Amino acid sequence: MSTTHGPGIDDYLRQHEQKELLRFITCGNVDDGKSTLIGRLLHDAQALYDDQITDDLDFASLLDGLQAEREQGITIDVAYRYFATDKRKFIIADTPGHAQYTRNMATGASTSDLAVILIDAEKGVQAQTKRHSFIVSSLGIKHIIVAVNKMDQVGFSQARYKDIQQDYLKIAGLLDIPDIHFVPVAALHGDNVVQKSANTPWFRGRTLLEYLETLPIQRPKSNAMRFPVQWVNRANFGDGPGFRGYAGSLASGEVKVGDTVRVLPSGQLSSISRILTFDGELQSAQAPQAVTLTLNDELDISRGDMLVEKDALPYTSARLRAKLVWMHEDALQTERDYLLKMGSQSATVTPERVRYRIDMNTLKEQEAQQLGLNEIGLVDLQAQRPLVFDSYKQNRQTGAFILIDKQTNATVAAGIIEKPLADNELATPPRKGPVTWQEPSVSKAQRAAIKQQKPVILWFTGLSGAGKSTLANAVEERLLALEKHTYLLDGDNIRHGLNRGLGFTEADRIENIRRIGEVAKLFVDAGTIVLSAFISPLRSNRDYVRELVQEGEFVEIFVDTPLAVCEQRDSKGLYAKARRGEIANFTGISSPYEPPEQPELRVDMSEMRVEDAVELVVGYLRERGYVHSP
Amino acid sequence: MTASLTHLQQLEAEAIHIMREVVAEFARPVMLYSVGKDSSVMLHLARKAFAPAKIPFPLLHVDTTWKFKEMIAFRDRMAAKHGFQLLTHTNPEGIKQNVGPFTHGSATHTDIMKTQALKQALTKHQFDAVFGGARRDEEKSRAKERIFSFRDAQQRWDPRNQRPELWNIYNTRIKPQQSIRVFPLSNWTELDIWQYIYAENIEIPALYFAKPRPVVERDGTLIMVDDARMPLRPNEQPQTKMVRFRTLGCYPLTGAIESSATSLPEIIEETLKATTSERQGRVIDRDSAGSMEKKKQEGYF
Repeated sequence: MSTTHGPGIDDYLRQHEQKELLRFITCGNVDDGKSTLIGRLLHDAQALYDDQITDDLDFASLLDGLQAEREQGITIDVAYRYFATDKRKFIIADTPGHAQYTRNMATGASTSDLAVILIDAEKGVQAQTKRHSFIVSSLGIKHIIVAVNKMDQVGFSQARYKDIQQDYLKIAGLLDIPDIHFVPVAALHGDNVVQKSANTPWFRGRTLLEYLETLPIQRPKSNAMRFPVQWVNRANFGDGPGFRGYAGSLASGEVKVGDTVRVLPSGQLSSISRILTFDGELQSAQAPQAVTLTLNDELDISRGDMLVEKDALPYTSARLRAKLVWMHEDALQTERDYLLKMGSQSATVTPERVRYRIDMNTLKEQEAQQLGLNEIGLVDLQAQRPLVFDSYKQNRQTGAFILIDKQTNATVAAGIIEKPLADNELATPPRKGPVTWQEPSVSKAQRAAIKQQKPVILWFTGLSGAGKSTLANAVEERLLALEKHTYLLDGDNIRHGLNRGLGFTEADRIENIRRIGEVAKLFVDAGTIVLSAFISPLRSNRDYVRELVQEGEFVEIFVDTPLAVCEQRDSKGLYAKARRGEIANFTGISSPYEPPEQPELRVDMSEMRVEDAVELVVGYLRERGYVHSP
Repeated sequence: MTASLTHLQQLEAEAIHIMREVVAEFARPVMLYSVGKDSSVMLHLARKAFAPAKIPFPLLHVDTTWKFKEMIAFRDRMAAKHGFQLLTHTNPEGIKQNVGPFTHGSATHTDIMKTQALKQALTKHQFDAVFGGARRDEEKSRAKERIFSFRDAQQRWDPRNQRPELWNIYNTRIKPQQSIRVFPLSNWTELDIWQYIYAENIEIPALYFAKPRPVVERDGTLIMVDDARMPLRPNEQPQTKMVRFRTLGCYPLTGAIESSATSLPEIIEETLKATTSERQGRVIDRDSAGSMEKKKQEGYF
């Protein structure tokens, strides 16, 4: 081949190849001028190379792809647009603003890192602006650019712009959006889209394109290695030994040859032998690379299993709680089977109950029995087999799923996992017999009212010697001084009575916590503030107790004293014994402690005086209205 | 931590992920192989996705009998070289009636020898998933098509009733007779394709490179005289010109462009310069966009 091409082309290609990819979604109301804005953006960004096109193009008709849309002058589905500048390469998910197409917005947001939200300067923040912002933040988007459009219609008024900015920030305060920028634009004329506008001398920010080109994008928190096995590669080499490799794409993190990995849900351990690609073997691979792994042990692994970092495990549970975006005309029905698909895992699931639905006008939770098209709600699901996942907050790749209607095969919902739920089977099923539930004539609320307090379980969890009992006792003394009705359940003491006979095997520990949970629940029912101080090392056990009572009746207090400090104190001499191997299954030494992910409170007793920690706990109870101080 | 992947590496990883998902979830997948540059990229990605195993599905070429001779030779050479299973199909009705672009016109020819032939082949082999190399940047109705695009038992596309597609989770469930068309290159642009061919050193037919070739100018288009079936008009005399092709198909329907680009960097350079005018061309080309949507609803790729 000859090499007579221009000298610049190789440089250009090299530069283009190194560009970062930014995927973003655009949301706006029907008449906010979204198509015009995108058209303007594409046009002006291209015009960097080409200056012939005049100003009066019909951008909207340029973008509406389907005949039906052009006929009706509307946009009915998600469309993807591609463009590149010198700095970045972009994929735009262009979604319509009609109320009935919430599902399309969720679809576009699911693969985006950033959202451009349009507000018509004349109309200001509207109900749909709120809805759009809620959807994009629910889907984990951390960066929002608010384009206040049609500034020409309000005479490029700074005051109007500031008002809209203030209104929007009020909405944003209700949502989890850490990074928000505002730009005053007039898309039709190009003001502040690509070129800085002379009409807004008071605006000191960047243009829309400059923000898109330069904003640093916050990637997901989790770097924990997650490798969902997609396909088992059994390449056949004639008479040679059978090849068995696990093909898949890294969902997050990095994997290296020699790494120890755990196979979930089975829990087996092995290590990485080779990382294969068509282009040769690698020493390491990172998300989202598609590779084929082989292991040093012969294990029975198939599609749907996940290889994970052994020290940063995801959840394994058949029950979970998730936000659902309902996308189908047929409403969600509890007690009906759906097919859940998550990465390479599939399972039949049954929605147990709808905990709440979001009122899209107020963004408040409201009671609901079902979810209809374009509604968002929180739902508990029971699967027919254990699933391996993370929370969506931790990992967008392994914390998301879709639900499929088993009869019609329609995709009916998008699922955003909040957390695992304790397995229902943990609780011993009630013995068969003539046991019925008696509805008492005095209610919990009445019992609490007479005590002038809101009943609650204060659940102190942490390592042995962390200071749980000390703190719980001090808090109880303080509450007593405030004339509150309390009862303290202490781990050691309970084992002398109610739980005598239970040992420290995993099954016994689970039963131990179950009984304590039931007792605590009775005290809550009696209107009492219950303090409990147990190591309670397993997250699922603590969550089980949380599930027993109502929202707000369980306050998890993580006594987060470092292991080294606990071991040094060793007031009961237990650590020394455990180290000598005289105590089996000792938390922190020979059995794991799973720290709470989102405790209501966290205290480190190596850094804090007991009285300060007491003040923290009691302060929390005051703020939330559990107790009123005189 | 190592540097993050470039956008080409990301696109490659996404396409491999999609191909593996299909093989894991479907009983009878097939890849359409049209011998063009996008098909060459698809073939390369399929070899990557399943290595060290061979490509675990056949490649299907719908042969209208009017393709460039070089395309057929290239196709057979690739099948031999890479050892994939090659299926070819020609509409037997079309052969019986001797359908061709010169005698029946381009519309009838395309319908009988391409659209109908494709539907025959898919029905005959009972394929449940069909890979195509279409990209969303090609055409306006493509921009709205899913990566996993559902087809009913009549192989029709219903653009207003598409399954929502979130994250990289694909709904692969179908009933008997239904199928899914899968587009692993959905997120690639034309420039990405060329760039990838260059970076990966992928073999493509020589027709893409400029060479002296015999052409006649007909209705403003340069048509290459590829065989004796082309009836020359009274005043037509084939001339040798330095030309190449930007797309490949049936030779009587594929216009050549005059060019001196004989290497990939030169082609890319030409493509970059042409891109702007091509996009402008598309702006006014609204009728053809609508007709593509209609063809797709009827079962065309």
